[in-house]
Amino acid sequence: MLLIRCPYCEEERPELEFRNAGEAHIARPTNIAGESDDDFEKFFFIRSNPKGVIYERWRHIHGCARFFNAVRDTVTDKFVMTYKAGEPKPAKLPGASK
Amino acid sequence: MNAAFRIPGAGRLSQAKTASFSFDDKSYTGIDGDTLASALLANGVHLVGRSFKYHRPRGFLSAGAEEPNALVQIVRDDARKTPNVRATVQELYDGLTARSQNRWPSLAFDVGAVNDLASPMFSAGFYYKTFMWPKSAWKNLYEPQIRSAAGLGVSPDRPDPDHYAARYAHCDVLVLGGGAAGIAAALAAAETGVRVILADEQAEFGGSLRFESGARIDGENGFAWAQAAIARLKAMDNVRVLSRTTAFGYYAQNFVGLVERVSDHLKNPGKELARERLWQVRAKRVVLATGAIERHMVFANNDRPGVMLASAARTYLNHYGVAVGRNVGVYTANDSAYAAAIDLKKAGVNIAAIVDLRDNPSGAVIDEARGLGIEINFGRAVVSAGGKLRVSSMTVQPKNGGGGRTIPVDAILMSAGWTPSVHLFSQSRGKVAFNEETRRFVPGTHAQDCVSVGACNGTDGLDATVDEAYAAGAKAAKEAGGKDSSVKAGKGAKPKVDAGESWSRGMLGAAPGAGPGTTVKAFVDFQNDVTAKDIRQAVHEGMHSIEHVKRFTTNGMATDQGKTSNMHGLAIAAEVLDKPIPQVGLTTFRAPYTPVTFGSIVGHARGALFDPTRRTATHGWASAHGAVFEDVGQWKRAWYFPKAGEDMHAAVNRECVTVRKTAGLFDASTLGKIEVVGPDAAKFMELLYTNPWEKLEPGRCRYGIMLREDGFIYDDGVVGRLAQDRFHVTTTTGGAPRVMHHMEDYLQTEFPHLNVWLTSITEQWAVIAVQGPKSREIIAPLVEGIDMSDEAMPHMSVREGKICGVPTRLFRMSFTGERGFEVNVPADYGEAVWEALWAEGQKHGATAYGTETMHVLRAEKGYIIVGQDTDGTVTPNDAALDWAVGKKKTDFVGIRGMMRADLVAKGRKQLVGLKTTDPKVVLEEGAQIVEDPKQAIPMKMIGHVTSSYWSQNCGRSIALALVAGGRDRMGQTLYVPMPNGTIEVEVTGMVFVDEKGERLNG
Amino acid sequence: MAKAAVQTKAVEASVERRPALAGRAVSAPGVKVEILPPAERISLRAPEASLAALSKALGVTLPTKPKASAAKDGRTALWLGPDEWLIIDEAGKDPLADCAKVTALHSAVGISHRNVAISVAGPAAAVTVNSGCPQDLSLEAFPVGAASRTILGKAEIVLLRTAADAFQVECWRSFSDYVFTLLSEAAGDAAN
Repeated sequence: MLLIRCPYCEEERPELEFRNAGEAHIARPTNIAGESDDDFEKFFFIRSNPKGVIYERWRHIHGCARFFNAVRDTVTDKFVMTYKAGEPKPAKLPGASK
Repeated sequence: MNAAFRIPGAGRLSQAKTASFSFDDKSYTGIDGDTLASALLANGVHLVGRSFKYHRPRGFLSAGAEEPNALVQIVRDDARKTPNVRATVQELYDGLTARSQNRWPSLAFDVGAVNDLASPMFSAGFYYKTFMWPKSAWKNLYEPQIRSAAGLGVSPDRPDPDHYAARYAHCDVLVLGGGAAGIAAALAAAETGVRVILADEQAEFGGSLRFESGARIDGENGFAWAQAAIARLKAMDNVRVLSRTTAFGYYAQNFVGLVERVSDHLKNPGKELARERLWQVRAKRVVLATGAIERHMVFANNDRPGVMLASAARTYLNHYGVAVGRNVGVYTANDSAYAAAIDLKKAGVNIAAIVDLRDNPSGAVIDEARGLGIEINFGRAVVSAGGKLRVSSMTVQPKNGGGGRTIPVDAILMSAGWTPSVHLFSQSRGKVAFNEETRRFVPGTHAQDCVSVGACNGTDGLDATVDEAYAAGAKAAKEAGGKDSSVKAGKGAKPKVDAGESWSRGMLGAAPGAGPGTTVKAFVDFQNDVTAKDIRQAVHEGMHSIEHVKRFTTNGMATDQGKTSNMHGLAIAAEVLDKPIPQVGLTTFRAPYTPVTFGSIVGHARGALFDPTRRTATHGWASAHGAVFEDVGQWKRAWYFPKAGEDMHAAVNRECVTVRKTAGLFDASTLGKIEVVGPDAAKFMELLYTNPWEKLEPGRCRYGIMLREDGFIYDDGVVGRLAQDRFHVTTTTGGAPRVMHHMEDYLQTEFPHLNVWLTSITEQWAVIAVQGPKSREIIAPLVEGIDMSDEAMPHMSVREGKICGVPTRLFRMSFTGERGFEVNVPADYGEAVWEALWAEGQKHGATAYGTETMHVLRAEKGYIIVGQDTDGTVTPNDAALDWAVGKKKTDFVGIRGMMRADLVAKGRKQLVGLKTTDPKVVLEEGAQIVEDPKQAIPMKMIGHVTSSYWSQNCGRSIALALVAGGRDRMGQTLYVPMPNGTIEVEVTGMVFVDEKGERLNG
Repeated sequence: MAKAAVQTKAVEASVERRPALAGRAVSAPGVKVEILPPAERISLRAPEASLAALSKALGVTLPTKPKASAAKDGRTALWLGPDEWLIIDEAGKDPLADCAKVTALHSAVGISHRNVAISVAGPAAAVTVNSGCPQDLSLEAFPVGAASRTILGKAEIVLLRTAADAFQVECWRSFSDYVFTLLSEAAGDAAN
């Protein structure tokens, strides 16, 4: 069971309290009804699924109930860092494998 | 009383306390503190099992957890028959009953042993070769045969009467292994004040100090020092000491699974005592002090009962006071077997000879053995063991060949050297490194916050081990936030090793006489009957990866997971491949280290605790009134209320008719309820539901549809607007948690600018639906402060007031098509208010009804159930719910998804009604629908039945179905092919009762 | 705002209140598990700007530190999230009515009947809770007054440490049977 640092609770908490919520930094278009088929496809269906660093959304659903973002390495399964929802993608990653 | 092989004065057990036990229905006597193995050996019993494939007779190889042979069934009673228990680990208790496994009709005469003679048929990979053809034989012949032969013990066939406990624990330093290294590390860490857990799989701490007669620490015998140190650790508040506890798995971020065997060693464990306790420990630092495991020598018939590891024989003697034979041979490639010979000799056992593969070794132990008059043969090999049910001789030859001689023995002690136990280290994803000089894998790169100390780290010698472990324990404690180690003179001082033993070196692979070209049965893996020849054959047949060799030969599989065999197997494969060992690589060590019971993994989660059972406030009333319940997710819901003599059909028919004729009471408490509060509440609702909400007046309700972004229906429910800034949203029962999650997701991450909050009130309110023409008459007398007239409270409205003096949110709404209300009251009042409504209802002849009647009544009206009539691929248009989509809205979740080409294409499956031509035939839900029943199979399926019931109100069956282009097929005849014939149906509208909806005000 | 919810407080009921598992208790060596009597509870949601006004109205300072709680005169405020508090009133007063007087932005929703509280007290209390709760319950990590929503077995709970050897476990009404049964079974093992 992983430990995940919740940026709102400001401490590591057991994985059982969390739920993964898919890839992060995919903003819902403001004029979604006017999106072209291609743009909607990119927004709704296409995900990066990288080997290595992935930016994910998690929710501390059985804790503070907040959604937040996490950087995780899909090779080592290690969390590189977590940060609050709405904050920009970090420019620099501490100790990432790549 | 004294067993024949128990040596007076030897060992640490008190002879005073005896325990009687039985093995294969024969009674024996052991003493308190014995394992089943030591007790049997004390009685001269070596033959305890049959091997898996060849059914060869087997005895004890070891005195510990690595035991591959001595697996027995422990029988406590009819329900407690534990298979595959290692006799070397099972502690003796008075009355213990054990049976041998994998033999028929008896252990000494086993018919399956014919496999041994037929062994050329069963060579490596025989499973893959033999059972390939003919294809049809697999199902009829091979599989049943293999299944009956597979497995070792017999599984218990009754529910496990024991209970199992579970616990999460956190500590700063977790020390795994309680030998000299583990104890030293724990002492160092504990003295800094940090939280320490020390675990060892044995009943008593000490590890190899149990047999190392020469070890002396702090002026005491090693084992005595260990007990004193453990007593000191136990007395410390910051230390938890766990014996009989195996660390079976090392997971991410220093999360370690331990199983503590709480009561398997007790004669009559109290009911309050769990059988096992699972510890899930999170440690800041882990100290691995898991020791080393001695390897056997690989020579012909090295599996005969009586042939065992030298350290095992020493343990049986020095700890249990048992001699494993009277005339013992020793076969070794390193020093450590000499110590065994010396100890046995001193205890009065004849040592027939020591056979040492090495040419001219020298050292103190060799001199001492010689001084005791033991015959020593250097540069020689034991090429074969004689005997069948018990070893009777060993044949000794010069190691490079030449004339040999046969020496009578009743036991052979062997040592090929020691393999560091890197299992847990490897599980932690640490990388092992091969030390060319000592020819062993030792911990290389650590992947987690752990450190290996002592024998498992390849550290030789007690002095060096204790030094290393103590320093590592202190460092781990400091890194985990402990105070500086208070290493002072006296109590907190590092243990001082006065004398110790060291066993380094040895050999890997097949010994002389079992090398390339030989076909003898020189076992590498005892449990799986894998010989040196099998490994070589696997490589010759193209298995060049050690992982392939493992699977092809099954070397290192099964319950012992290759603890004694892996290194030998690897060395033999490397030799054939002509590659250095590290290039061939080691197979991956996986959890569990030793077998773990299902019970310990399940823990408390069985019976009532398997999953929460959720009951509503009226459960007791419903139960008392004969309700039959159904499971809806975790909820128990009243399904129907049969009266005396009624079956389900009769009860549901009566309930359905009564609701439409007078009224019915229904518990709708399980529906999800969410209070949406804030100035932007309506804006939020506009975004989450397809419907328009801004203009809904406070006090009014609306049926809402929620989509996912893909445009498909996700949930539905009636929403009441309590105030300008407050909505009372209802969801489906099953959808409650996910709808909340979905709403929070959008609120927190897409629309965080909205000032609105969501609170689950599912369990705050009990909900009593009162439906039917008499519903208002039933409720009105109990209500205060609410005008229930049609003018003041029309259909789809909500009022707050009181009922029976308690607060209510009274909804006028209908899921039956009748005039109806849903009475929300605070949950603790739910049952009492229900009783009051029931009393009123009785005056009008109302019925209580359950979920089945609810389903029938709503289907009669064509009201859908999300998840039954929809399946995640149904749009509002498909479900004929276009009217609920705000046409002028520019945004809501799913608005763009709904526009996708496929979702607006012609010919989509649409929800319609079906009437069977024969009104008595009720369709099966899920049944497929075709246009032409005469077409060839596979037929083209154009849809399926989603809901189907007998409707007593209609006097016929009714059904809803998703049918391709369904709304253009009104009046068409379609067909439902079933195993017993094809059913003819007509496509109809979805409303079977009161098409105009007049009864809502009736 | 928040007028609509004012009436949740029950008065002059002509029907009896039947709390879930009322009066149930189990004693084991080292720990006692018992259902606590009903109390008034609200779920309070508010932005930072409203906290001063709400704290004043409630008579207890809403804690802003994660995992913290504050208590005064029988009323406890538990930090559950950055904009979420669980208010428990055991003094028979109505926190919902107090919040209704506050004009600052907030959401107050009555949940007195949603939650059931269970007391776990005794030297083995932490071990009992740890049978199903994966959090570190040492006094360093979870001191007296610490509060957190978390997991107990297969149920969600809110955990409040009321003393070094005492916890209050809050769960939803329909989970109370499961939570109480799990804690009771765990209590039997905790002293071992």
